Amino acid sequence: MKPATLRPVTSTDRLTRLLALVPYVMSRDTVSVTEAAEAFGVTEKQLRDDLNLLWCVELRSPDPYCPIDLSYEGGDITVSEAESISRPLRLGADEAAALLVALRMLAELPGSLKGETLSRLIAKLEAAAGEAARTSGQMSVEVDRRSGALGVIQEALEAGRRLHLTYYVAGRDENTTRDVDPMRLLVVDGRSYLEGWCRRAEGVRLFRLDQIVDLVVLDAAASVPEEAEPIDVNSGLFRPSVADVRVTLELTASGRWVADYYPCESVEERGEGRLRIVLRTPDPRWVRGLMLRLGDAGRVVAPADLAGQVRADAERALALYA
Amino acid sequence: MSRRKTDRLLHLVVCLLATRRYLSAEQIRKAVPGYPDSDDAFKRMFERDKEELRELGIPLEVGSDDDDSGYRIPPQAYELPEIHLTPDEVAVLGLAARVWEQTNLAEAASGALFKLRAAGIDADPAGVSVLEPRVGTDEPAFPALYEAVRDLRPVAFDYQAVGRSGPQRRRVDPWGIVSRRGRWYLVAFDRVRGAQRVFRLSRILGEVVPDGPAGSIVVPEGVDIRKIAFEWSDQPAERRPATVRLRRGAAQGLRRWATDVRQLDETWDLACLSVWDADWFAASLARFADDVVVLEPPDLREAVIRQLKGVLS
Repeated sequence: MKPATLRPVTSTDRLTRLLALVPYVMSRDTVSVTEAAEAFGVTEKQLRDDLNLLWCVELRSPDPYCPIDLSYEGGDITVSEAESISRPLRLGADEAAALLVALRMLAELPGSLKGETLSRLIAKLEAAAGEAARTSGQMSVEVDRRSGALGVIQEALEAGRRLHLTYYVAGRDENTTRDVDPMRLLVVDGRSYLEGWCRRAEGVRLFRLDQIVDLVVLDAAASVPEEAEPIDVNSGLFRPSVADVRVTLELTASGRWVADYYPCESVEERGEGRLRIVLRTPDPRWVRGLMLRLGDAGRVVAPADLAGQVRADAERALALYA
Repeated sequence: MSRRKTDRLLHLVVCLLATRRYLSAEQIRKAVPGYPDSDDAFKRMFERDKEELRELGIPLEVGSDDDDSGYRIPPQAYELPEIHLTPDEVAVLGLAARVWEQTNLAEAASGALFKLRAAGIDADPAGVSVLEPRVGTDEPAFPALYEAVRDLRPVAFDYQAVGRSGPQRRRVDPWGIVSRRGRWYLVAFDRVRGAQRVFRLSRILGEVVPDGPAGSIVVPEGVDIRKIAFEWSDQPAERRPATVRLRRGAAQGLRRWATDVRQLDETWDLACLSVWDADWFAASLARFADDVVVLEPPDLREAVIRQLKGVLS
């Protein structure tokens, strides 16, 4: 048996839709053509053609026989006879994995969703998926559970209250304080972020929950201005801008991990496990810290003044050990 | 898929679901309209159709009873069992489907919601939520490894480990894949080394290719892939106290973990840190440049000096 391959999002296979359409209508007694077309993401014309295909099913042998009887007169679909295809097809391994892995991840978020709801739902889906649930047990997404801020932020979001944050900015090694009107909680790739209107910066900002040093829910109501545009999480949380500085680094085999941790504009193999990478950053100050962490496992190729600063940092630090 | 082919496959499914006995290819040919007259052409087309149904996850059973041998689809293997969800469970389900938006698993997630919708469960992935969960599957090796895990199939690939001068060919039995902080890891049994190993997907170079038949892997009972992937330190390193000077008003990142911070003079505070691996901590402390000076223990102090000299070398 050839394994099904993962495809990028395409229009759902028509046969799958046909097989789902009958139970969809039957589980609701009657559905309008408009509503069904919307539910399956097709035009009404396409949906009518689907219904015709179903209605015309006729097995010729041993005796001619039409197993499906339905009508959509007046725009309302009813199915009076469907026997063998009255239930939807079972979940496949990919489908069960997509839902179960996601639900188990959500269940790990501290204090976020009702844990009981999630465990009940997971149990019901596992039972419905049966054998198909196996793959989901071999796949797992870890979420950062260290941050206790998640529950507090969720409460503030529900109550519509303003937050006062003490936030650590690693790039500048600084603790900053600000008032933030919370908008959403993003849990992206296992990391949790508060998205909110920062009243100090007067803009939408993301705050990593594990970098929040202190958090107070204020009595004031949150007021997110209308111009506040939520971040489109599908196109990535951090996008390079034209104003960014390009930093070129050369890494040895033991410094290669940098390319795994930071989004690179380009990565070039230089032989013997060495890499040359280009990073873009709005503020290259953090790169100085990175280079000190790397020691002899990396060096700054460009810009030259950044390379000079790194050397100066190391010299000043060494002077304290003299 | 053409309308004619869809129509033929639909008939085939209905026919095989409706039968209790196994139907021979010839009986199927008589019942289902749309098959060609030529025997050879029929054979080829029927083979392809069976393949298509299996790819859609339709359980096509081959077998025989008494004197009939052939095919059927057992309804209990085909049908989604009864499932009833409460409104708050339905709301969470919509959220779960959003996790994979625009990834390799997006189609699977929406396919699952389709089937559940057909069972009368209206989960809405577009609903408004203050919680927005996402997991990416961008790494090029993801689709092939996901499939290998699903199909229990051994694979081979080139792996560039950190600290190695070049990639090495690895032949493994995949046990599972796990994600931590946006990066996927493969937990597998390395067939050459004869031991379990963890691979980072971003360090796999080039293609992941099959290295054995599907279904040939047995994942040992009780294997916890997360534990294998993330709890790798065998000997729990002993924590030791370290004494450091922190520049007043600076090294904020360290102060979150420091204890017994007290003022030493106008410029410096004295603080205590808990450390284990000297080399790892030396790198993390060097990052603060002249805002931190290690006083004790001597091996950590030496390691920081080495680290800083390395920057200048």
